[in-house]
Order: sequence, then C-alpha cells, then structure tokens
Amino acid sequence: MTALEEVLDNGLRVLIQEVHTAPLASVWCWYRVGSKDEAPGTTGVSHWVEHMNFKGTTNIPRDQIKGIIERHGGSWNGYTWIDQTTYMETATRDALDHMLFIEAERMANCLYDPDDCESERTVIISELQGGENDPDQLLDQEVVATAFRAHPYRHPTIGWLSDLQSMTRADLYGHYRRYYVPNNATLVIVGDVETKEALRLAARRFGTIASGDTAVRRSTREPEQLGGRRVTVSRAGTTAYLKLAYHAPSIHDAEFLPLLVLDAVLTGAKGVNLWASFRTPPPQRSARLYRALVDEGLASAVAGSLAPTADPFLYVISVTATDGTPLAAVEEKALSQLDAVRGHGISTGELQKAKYQLRARLVFEGDSIANIAHQLGYFETIASWRMVPALAARIDAVTLGQVADAAARILRPANLTTGWFEPSAEDGAAVIRGGGHEADAPAGRQDR
Amino acid sequence: MSATGQRGIAPRRTQLDNGAVVIAKEAGVTAAVTINASFEAGTIFDPPAEQGVAHFVSRTIDRGTRERTARDIADDLDGRGVSLTTAVGRHSMSLTCTCLVEDFESILTTVAEIVRSPAFPDGEVETRRGEIVTLIRQDEDSPAVVAVEGLLALLFGDAHPYGRRPRGSVESVERIGRKSLQAFHASRLVPESLSLVIVGDIEAGRAIAVADKAFGSWRSGRRADAPLLVEPGPAARRVRVIPMMNKTQADIAYGFAAIRRADPRFDACWLMNNILGEYSIGGRLGDRIRERQGMAYYAFSALDANVGVGPLVVRAGVAPANVDPTLASIDEEVARMAADGPTDQELADSRQYLIGSMPRRLETNAGIAAFLQMTERFGLGTDYDVRVPDLLRSVSRDEVHATARALLDPTKAAVVIAGPYAGPAS
Repeated sequence: MTALEEVLDNGLRVLIQEVHTAPLASVWCWYRVGSKDEAPGTTGVSHWVEHMNFKGTTNIPRDQIKGIIERHGGSWNGYTWIDQTTYMETATRDALDHMLFIEAERMANCLYDPDDCESERTVIISELQGGENDPDQLLDQEVVATAFRAHPYRHPTIGWLSDLQSMTRADLYGHYRRYYVPNNATLVIVGDVETKEALRLAARRFGTIASGDTAVRRSTREPEQLGGRRVTVSRAGTTAYLKLAYHAPSIHDAEFLPLLVLDAVLTGAKGVNLWASFRTPPPQRSARLYRALVDEGLASAVAGSLAPTADPFLYVISVTATDGTPLAAVEEKALSQLDAVRGHGISTGELQKAKYQLRARLVFEGDSIANIAHQLGYFETIASWRMVPALAARIDAVTLGQVADAAARILRPANLTTGWFEPSAEDGAAVIRGGGHEADAPAGRQDR
Repeated sequence: MSATGQRGIAPRRTQLDNGAVVIAKEAGVTAAVTINASFEAGTIFDPPAEQGVAHFVSRTIDRGTRERTARDIADDLDGRGVSLTTAVGRHSMSLTCTCLVEDFESILTTVAEIVRSPAFPDGEVETRRGEIVTLIRQDEDSPAVVAVEGLLALLFGDAHPYGRRPRGSVESVERIGRKSLQAFHASRLVPESLSLVIVGDIEAGRAIAVADKAFGSWRSGRRADAPLLVEPGPAARRVRVIPMMNKTQADIAYGFAAIRRADPRFDACWLMNNILGEYSIGGRLGDRIRERQGMAYYAFSALDANVGVGPLVVRAGVAPANVDPTLASIDEEVARMAADGPTDQELADSRQYLIGSMPRRLETNAGIAAFLQMTERFGLGTDYDVRVPDLLRSVSRDEVHATARALLDPTKAAVVIAGPYAGPAS
C-alpha cells in the first residue's frame, strides 16, 4: 500500500491512502508550526492556538462543533509539539466530508472570541500545573532547558507561566493567521475511502482557501556543547529520578537510524510512532540498561526516548531509582554501561535482535488507520512522508560500524546533560540548582 | 477483512477439557496476532492480611519457570520483539502481547509455560519487591492516585476489597513471601479460571488447535471461591481533604457506589454517565467546568460497573483556588441530572455516538481482544457486539432519568481532594 500525493493550487499537500480493513476513515491536518517557532513573550502560543481552534468558526457555531464527529461514532483530538501542530478525526467512512469541512473551517475561519480566549487561558494554566505535579515531568523540563542554550527547542511547548498570563487575543490570532495557510499544511486521509472521490472532496473543501506568505523563518543552530552540564531539582516527594540527555541527530542525519538501533539495544525498541508507541511498552528485559539497573535492583524503571525531529533534539535516558537507592549509584552504573557501548559498540547478536524488534514494531504500529495517517503527516511535516515506507529497509541496512560510530560520537561526556530529582522531606516550592542556568524548560508534547 | 458488519465479530469460542475457554477471531489488519490471557485472579482475592499479593504475582509470574530462568524467557520474548504485559484489576489478572504471525505458536507456548509453572525464584521476588515498594511510594506522591484511592476507601471501606489499595501498602508488601505467591497462583491461576482470546492474522481453527496444544494438558486444582462482595449501604455526604502542599494542582475525586455490570439498568446507566461526563469532551461536566468556566484541563466521569457494585467517579484537576467552585459545579450538574434527567437530544446524541463508535472500538486486534475478554468476563455472549445497538435503542429517557435519580445525590456523595488545599475557605 502506498499513498497518493497531490498538491492543490493553493499549496495544500494532500496525502491519501486506502485501507479497507474497517468501515472507517481518519483525517489529519498538519501544520508546520510548533513551539520552536515561538519567541520570548509568546511561548506557548502554538499550543494555545490549537486549543482555540476547537471553539467555533464562521460556519460552525461554537455550540454545534461538538457533536458533528460524535454523531458518526468518531473521536477527535489534536496535539502540539516542537515542530508541529496537528488535528485529527476518526469516524465512520460516511463522515469523511464532515471531517474535511471541519478541517477546512479550522484552517480559515476560526473565531477567537475574546471571552473564549480568556476562559482557555486558565484551562492551559491548569494543564501546566497538572504537569508540574509529576516530578519526572518537572525534571524533564529542567533537563531540556539546560541542554539547549540557543535553539528554541528549549522553550516549553505549553509555554512559560508568565507568557500564558500576559498573552493577548491579538497574539493568538496573529499566530493563527500567519501559520494556518494551505501552503504550510498537509492534509492526510487514510481509511475505507476511494482515492479519487476523497481527493475531489478535499479539493472542494480546501481549494478556495487562499495561500499565505510563508517567508523563510529565521532559525538558530544549537552550538556544540563543550562540556557536561548538570541540573538538580530538590522538592518534597517520595522518589528519586535520573535523566541523561545527549544531543541527538535530526531525522535528516544519517546517524538517526543507527542511534535508533542503539537505543533498542540499551532500552528496547520503541519504533518511531509517537501516537502509538506510548501505548505499548518496549521489549526491554534483555536490554543492556534494563539488566544493569532494573534487574540489579537499582531502578524500578528505565526508558529511552529518541523522536524523529526536524532539527537535532535529544536522546534521553530516564531512570526511576528504587526506594532508598542513591542517585549517584544509579548514575555511576548507567554511565558505566554507556561508556562500554561507546568504547566497544554492540555485538552482531544485539544488532540482529534490535532490527527484528524494530521490524516488529513497524508492523504493530500499522494496526489502525489513525496510526498510519499519523506517520504520513508527521514525517511530511518534519521531512518527507516518503521516509515512512522506506524505514524498514533503511533500518535493515544499518551496520555494526554505524552503530559504533553513533555511540562514540553521541554518548560523549561533553555532550551530556545530567538531571537529578532529589526528593526532600520538607514541603514547599521546588529548589533548582544548575550550572548557571535559569531553571526554565520545555514540556513534552501537549495534547488537546 | 472487517471485524464488524452485519454478522459482527463472530468469533469462535470453545472450552477445553480442563475448563479453559478459548476465543479466536481471524482479523487480517496486520501480519500480527494479539494474545490476551485473563484469569479470575484480581485484587479482590488478596488475603486480608496480605494486601497486594495479586499485584505481586503479576510482577513476578513471568520471572522464571520450572523450565527456564527469567533471563532465558526475556531473551526469548525480546528476540521476537514481544513485550508481555501483565496487569491486575479488581477481578482479573491478564497477560497480553502482540507478536508477528510467524512467531505466534512459539510465543503462545511461552505464555502457557509462564502461567502453568512459574518458579517465583527468591532473587526475583526480592528484586521485584523493591520495584513494587517504589511504585507504591510513587502512588503516594501522585494527587490523582491519592484522590481516587481515597475515594474508593470512603465509598467501600477497608472491609470491602474495592476499598483497598490494589498494590497494598509498603508494610503489607514487605510481609509477602514466596510461599504466598505460590499459594495465590495455585488457587487462582487454574485452567477453569482462564479465558484466552486470540485475535489476528491466523485462522481461528488453527489458533484454537495451538491453544489446545499449549494449555490442553494443564491439570490443576479447582479455583477457590470468591469472597462475598457486600453492597455498600446508604451513606451521608463524606468529604476528606488530603493536603499535599508540595504540589501545584489539586485533584478532586467525587462519586457514588453505582451498580453491578449485571444490573438490568446497566445500559441506562451507561448512557447517563456518557451524557454526564463523557460525551465529546467530558459531557455536561466537561462542558461546564472546562469549556464554560475554564477551571480545569480535565473534568469527566467514569462508570466502573463490575462483578460487584462498582463506583461512578467524577474527576477534575484544578488550581487550589478553584476547588470550591468546581465542587459546587459538580454538585449542581449531578443534582440537575438527578432532578431533570437528560434531554431527548442528549439521549439521542449519546446513543448514536455509542452505537457508532463500535467499529472504531473494534478496529485493531488489541481492541477486539479486549472487547471479547470483557464479554466473556460478564457472560454477555459472543454476539454482544451485534446486540449493542438494539440494547441502547431500547432505553427510554425515563429509564435514564430513573437511574440518575436513584444513583446521583450530592448529599450522599463521597468526596476526596488531594493536593495543595487545606479545606474550604469558610
């Protein structure tokens, strides 16, 4: 199965893939805008705009937007992250035109009622504060902010609290109008549809929307990290957490897939579908870090995180220390494992196992039309959808030498930011100590 | 091939000579097979003095058998890209995984070995005890978990299995030894308590034959009787505040003891809860507290009609200053549903949504397997998916209203607030 690609006159890229396993269709509309496109003062604007785009349009009154998809048994959602903002609906196939209508309206005609903007401000602050309740998430924010000095990936997707308190409706609407144009978007349709008819419907709904100015955006390249960095968060809590974050290659870099294979050896294969992967834990019980940390009783959990991104982001290893185990012991053991793989690479058996795991993962990730559609749109937004069908062969071609080179280059102490969450007995606000950094940080992906 | 349609899922269901039930469904969505093995071995079977045994078994059952070490099993599963998930609920313990179709027979054989002959090696028991203690300590630092566990304790009390913490406490887990794990396994994980569901790119007859080969020769003792689940009696409003001043946001858990899954009012209650706290983005509760008042990122309700009378729980996460107004809004919405019931339009919308969402619910192998496991657990029949539309269509607005009137009353609600909140301002 492969997708049809068509670009409308206004620049909207349309991807359609027929999958006839269930009487369903999934529609996703992707925009090349995320928290990396935000400046100080308006951090979090992409995510807030995403929330506002569920609140009525010129042709869909606010009170009627709810129910259009539900009447067809459907689900809808959206999320914002560092490179992208996306909206989705999955429903019975007869709802296809309704889904396209909603997405076309969302692109061109959202209302931004001032009262709704104010009401949503407190919803988003509640979302931010709910995330801060989780010490692991709090530490993640600090580590990412410490690892990046220049690149806007350091901004939290949800935004700084002060920006959320001060942003105006004009900021939101300006951001919406600048980035929500067809030539900055990809529309993906997957499911029990007929390609020609789906394309005709898409052209009818979106074809009249004018393209916009997509002037080249300024970007900053993160300078090479010249030495290890460290941040420690101390706060009342029960459990200690460790994070080891290395600057990692982007999806465009030939080293990305060797690092993906290396991660499978260290913590078990996750695949590359952010929409699907968190639902199923990786096969990791024979992974190097699991055996060294969890099976030895130093940790209750270990996880690796490597996402395909447009610019170089991070490879993060997260560890939960078992009750009473000092973080220093956990860190020492983890680093000894990483030093070993940096010095000696991986074995032939490990390479074969990692490739098998990743091949299985790619099969498992294609179990629903929403997952298939997500991958096409996600990759098109950061690079090209054509990477998706080529992934299996490219992973299979990864060599031992490439993995060893990736380990040697990426897992260097100078490329590392280490984060500790140390639970303290007393209540009160978090105390953050770091190497001369303000303790601000990006959150992870923000769901609707 | 679609799993739904006029004939519905139409799985093959058979019972092996030893009493184990096997349900198989061929579905060619991907070249993969999902295995879902469920036992009547949930936390309600924990001995009162050893809370957390069921959960402890779920964390150790796959850590070595009489034939192979934990390391050997891990190498086997990881080598085929398989992640075996063990989970424990109030009534059941399940082992689930998805494998490539070419690995199905080998993986099912390994699953059978794990459930038939776990060794619970001493070293593994001690290592996993450390993990469990850490999990319990993490739960104790989570306002959401603290609020929900606190609510269930208020609703059901310590004497009822639903009122106890599913993982036990640090103290109870420290007392659990290898013998307790073996005893739990011997009394609960037996063929007659097994329901094995297999869904994927494999012909149903072949799946059943492979299952018979893996499980058919298993002979074990009879399952022990289940404890009696006493229905909670009438109660006045109870409010418990659990201050967690190191947190930023408070979690509210608010609820009632509702109904059993076997209650004839189930479909009416399902619709009522959908209207109150599920439809679209949290039903009436989400519409008011999130969309209109802007007070919470999440506000919703969930119905857990189980083997015994289960809870209907309203949840919201809010800033400390919004706890009181959020509670007032929950009270008003609950009272309004009890007083007036749903509108005709709301009922029609929710009914249409629940019926229409069936194909989506049954799209993936894992989704079909979970659905079939649920129908087996509650004795709903293998044609339940086909019957759902008529069951929902037959519910009248008066029946939904009557259910709301019987179950929802703010003056009888149990309420727990966990977070940086010390109590009402007054």
